[in-house]
Amino acid sequence: MKLKPEDLDKISQRMKATTILREGAGRVKVTVHMGTCGIASGARDILGAFLKHIEEIDAKDIIITTSGCAGLCSHEPMATVELKDEAPVKYIDLSVDKVSRVFKEHVMGGEIVKEFALAIGSERIS
Amino acid sequence: MQDISLHILDIAENSIAAAASRIEITIIEDWERDLLYVEIRDNGTGMDEETVQRALNPFYTSKPGKRVGLGIPLLAQAAREGGGSFDIESEPDGGTKLIATFVLSHPDRKPLGDVDGTVQMLQLTHPEIKLEYEFVRK
Repeated sequence: MKLKPEDLDKISQRMKATTILREGAGRVKVTVHMGTCGIASGARDILGAFLKHIEEIDAKDIIITTSGCAGLCSHEPMATVELKDEAPVKYIDLSVDKVSRVFKEHVMGGEIVKEFALAIGSERIS
Repeated sequence: MQDISLHILDIAENSIAAAASRIEITIIEDWERDLLYVEIRDNGTGMDEETVQRALNPFYTSKPGKRVGLGIPLLAQAAREGGGSFDIESEPDGGTKLIATFVLSHPDRKPLGDVDGTVQMLQLTHPEIKLEYEFVRK
């Protein structure tokens, strides 16, 4: 094991500081669906790819989080990208390469990558 | 699930969904006893005895709108297939402790995988959670 307790404390403090900084000012929210189906399909790598892109440009206005199964298990791994004041867009069957395009074109460029998108909007649980 | 680190991520996400503010992950790789011990403990909402029993049923979930709950049954199955055991201790408002053991040399034991990566991801996406991670190799 290379990870030490102080490493986790540092990560927590750094992310908390960033969260405080961007509270109310988040330009984009990215949610990676981390239900059992998502994790089994590779959601950890998808999350890692988004985090890598965010870290590369040192973005402070992108909120990244996780949620449970979105109810479309056969289309995992999935992520939802939500630009401020715009409808969320759900991306399906993601790969690390697809994440690169979604990040560049949608998260940073504001243009939906339609060929990877399932739908615009949020799921409803009745 | 390809490896045990993904099961750990899945169970920890359950802990977060159960409002845990603290998650402790302990892994003991004991080559003298040919035993891999994995423990995930949280201080979340916990479960009563009946719910603990039902949690092993893949067609039971406490999440609204869902019909299956696969995370715990899959980890239990992985432990059994790897020659080990699985146990849950929980009580309402008292948190939950899951213990999965594996025979290290068992041919059907899944690899441990990238537990460091799992723990880092959890801390990066949930900085509000106090994560404790201990790995012991004997």
